[in-house]
Amino acid sequence: MSPKTETVRHDAANEPNEKIVLRVTDLKVVTNAGDEILHGIDFTLARGEILGLVGESGSGKTTAGLACMAHFRDGLKFESGSVSLWPRGDATAVEVVELDEAAVRALRGSRIAYIPQDPALSLNPAMRVGEQIREVLDIHQFGSSEAERTERVAEVLVDVGLPGDKDYQKRWPHQLSGGQQQRIGIAMAFAMYPDVLILDEPTTGLDVSTQSVVLDTIRQMTVANNVAGLYITHDLAVIKDISDRVAVMLRGDLVEEGPVDAVLDHPEHEYTKMLMAAVPDLDGRKTIGDGAAEAKTAPEDDDKTHILVSTGANGSAAGQDSADEDSTAESGAAAASAGAAGGGAASADAPLLEVKDIALAYGKAQILDGINLVLEPGECTMLLGESGSGKTTLSQCVAGLNDDYTGSVRLRGTELARSTRKRTNEQRVGIQYVFQSPFSSLNPRRSIGQSLTVPLEMSGDGTAASRKAAVEEALDSVRLGRSFYHRRPGDLSGGERQRAAIARALVNAPSVMVCDEITSALDVSVQASIVALLRTLRAERQLAMLFVTHNIALSRHIADNLAVLNKGKIVDYGPTAQVLENPSHEYTRALISDVPKF
Amino acid sequence: MFGKVIVRRLIFSAFILIAVSLLVFGATLLLPGDAARAILGQQATPERIAALNEQLGLDKPAWLRYLTWLGGLFVGDFGTSSASGGSVAELLGERIGASFILMGVAAVISVPLGIGLGVYQALHRSGRRDQAMTGISLVLAAMPEFVIGIGLIAIFATSVFQILPAVTLAPPGEPVWNRPQQLILPTLTLVLVVTPYIVRMMRATMIEVLDSGFVEMARLKGVPEKRVIMRHAVPHALGPVAQVVAIQLAWLAGGVVVVEFLFRYPGLGQALIDAVTYRDVQVVQAISMLVAAVYVVVNLAADVVGILTNPKLRSAA
Repeated sequence: MSPKTETVRHDAANEPNEKIVLRVTDLKVVTNAGDEILHGIDFTLARGEILGLVGESGSGKTTAGLACMAHFRDGLKFESGSVSLWPRGDATAVEVVELDEAAVRALRGSRIAYIPQDPALSLNPAMRVGEQIREVLDIHQFGSSEAERTERVAEVLVDVGLPGDKDYQKRWPHQLSGGQQQRIGIAMAFAMYPDVLILDEPTTGLDVSTQSVVLDTIRQMTVANNVAGLYITHDLAVIKDISDRVAVMLRGDLVEEGPVDAVLDHPEHEYTKMLMAAVPDLDGRKTIGDGAAEAKTAPEDDDKTHILVSTGANGSAAGQDSADEDSTAESGAAAASAGAAGGGAASADAPLLEVKDIALAYGKAQILDGINLVLEPGECTMLLGESGSGKTTLSQCVAGLNDDYTGSVRLRGTELARSTRKRTNEQRVGIQYVFQSPFSSLNPRRSIGQSLTVPLEMSGDGTAASRKAAVEEALDSVRLGRSFYHRRPGDLSGGERQRAAIARALVNAPSVMVCDEITSALDVSVQASIVALLRTLRAERQLAMLFVTHNIALSRHIADNLAVLNKGKIVDYGPTAQVLENPSHEYTRALISDVPKF
Repeated sequence: MFGKVIVRRLIFSAFILIAVSLLVFGATLLLPGDAARAILGQQATPERIAALNEQLGLDKPAWLRYLTWLGGLFVGDFGTSSASGGSVAELLGERIGASFILMGVAAVISVPLGIGLGVYQALHRSGRRDQAMTGISLVLAAMPEFVIGIGLIAIFATSVFQILPAVTLAPPGEPVWNRPQQLILPTLTLVLVVTPYIVRMMRATMIEVLDSGFVEMARLKGVPEKRVIMRHAVPHALGPVAQVVAIQLAWLAGGVVVVEFLFRYPGLGQALIDAVTYRDVQVVQAISMLVAAVYVVVNLAADVVGILTNPKLRSAA
């Protein structure tokens, strides 16, 4: 058991005062096996304020949030400490963790409400949405009559910005979009006018524009109902946007706490500083992941990135100027301009990768509609789009994993067959794919070495010894080291697994790497280190990259060119700085304005 | 919308039954042995065989016989038993009732019992009781029905206690339910065979559902535990379990043969065994079609349950 770390406090807001609704003192939670998960944390929630609880996966932030409701997930139990709640109007506190089951149930959903991470999983798929809200009211016997409850359901739906009519209440969860589902979750939480709200990453699964709507709803409802909120997230940008105070968690300890501005602008704890440095900013004022990049990354390797970053900061810089002038804002002509922006390397020769007029439709649904892209060696194009925009489908078409498209993909001027099966070995090796989730893309039963050898066996050259050497070299180049050869994915952290997956794409020395949302399953600090790794690889190997993501904030940190995909069409395409500063399309402008400012 | 799905499934089921009828008829054509020769036995002369064949309609081409037979099925005419000379429908009438009683009682007991025990185990997972029940259900599931039947006879009828009849006592013609005690052992055998599978499946799906986000959410809404289980968890576990229940109930239709033979129970199973012995093709065909019909109906019912418990299927269909 590790000793309790002293929390850095920025002010005295935790001293007893009449605004406090919930106080957690020296809370310890252990696993059934006896390992301590929370090492005694303290925080307070005040009426009308939101406390942001930040931490990376596994830091215990959800455990802390659920402990406020006296809920401990399977395998965890309460050890010691206190959670005191002052329910509306009461002068005396209730000890939540000491209550019996019935009393806890009476508090849950009525005095302390919970808004879960993934609305798609947390709404009962076999219950109509109105009924699910109504259930809370029925259980806690809201009001005095049936009619009053019915009225309240409609009222709270309107409050969160949904239609409150009977037809809407009769919908099933699967008939709503992600954002609407989450607003049902919020309506459910606010139905009983609770005192405390526990929000467990409520916007993590949502697109930026949906996220900004949901955050608005939450902020409005919190203020209107004078509720104390605990907002759990790993996203510092969201914290800055929504909360009044912030507490930073590290491995079961609270390391820093105070008003948002004080903590984020003048972090005192090392960990907070590290977190702050890892958050990608849209303006690209800093280079994320620099600290994480290993010694091998000589400073000159990063030059290119620094130029990119300084371009972002100053608005224009040498090298980008010509591109800015050459290119027109029209997306149709943007392909040509991107080619020009990619440098003079491809003057006479065909570009490394050229995507022309790719279109794909399933029945009436047009998934992709006339996509044009050009990629030169050592260049990175970010393909930005929300879920359902067709970005993954497009990258699969490029890699040959989806052969239903029309149009052409050319590698060094040669048109590729639609399906990987029909492409030549050389062409297959030329384009490699890295998948979104490192947790499911590596076979858990094979050692990393075995998984990485497969591409070499498929391409069929070399001896066993030379393959092993190639794999070890790839492991070196992703900064994992040879010792990982015999380890299995289960022993690795998320970041290590994603490095292994990148190494698998690298063993055959491809010229193009397609990265499909490869950082979205990872924590910010890990994301920063992966981004730094990709930068290094580009410089070392002249690797061209198609970086697919929904996170616009990463754009200046990784990409030379930015292509914005909306409903199967590229609506904006050009050098990153130019697209961000002068977006030509309404959709791009909306995306940029919806990003939580950091 | 929902009705449309059912109608479509019904039409599909009709096609399956017609396909089965073709197979059954084809298979009986291929069977070695000659009905007329079997009936006449010692007295078979070529003339008498020819005469009997004509009388039974066996001299007509196969496709004509098939169509006549199929047409008969639609109006409830299953043909004439070549062994007894009486109508098949009459011969089977009582036995169908007797068999369905056995299967029905077994189903009514084992389905709720299986679901209940599965839910109980899932709620007390990895406890001592859960482990004991898992062990018992595994042993039961591994034992063939005749072993269970003989074991029960040894315990309750002969060696240990002599409290229940080992065989069916009712004389021919008397309905079996007039003496309920003779139903106990055959029913119990079927229940013990069918229930373990349902328990195991229910336990597995229930554990999955209990771990899902909406069950945790229901608890965090303050929903009482009983309602969490009955209203939020169980309905989701029923869909997949319905398929297993259907397979088990369909198995009952065939498994009943062995059990009936064991307990000398005057049902379809006995009739089938007798019919096979006497080359009574008409009866074999009729029983095969009945068993096939049970399979189709039970599976259709399982699909309906699956659709009812999943609004996504209900509204998308």
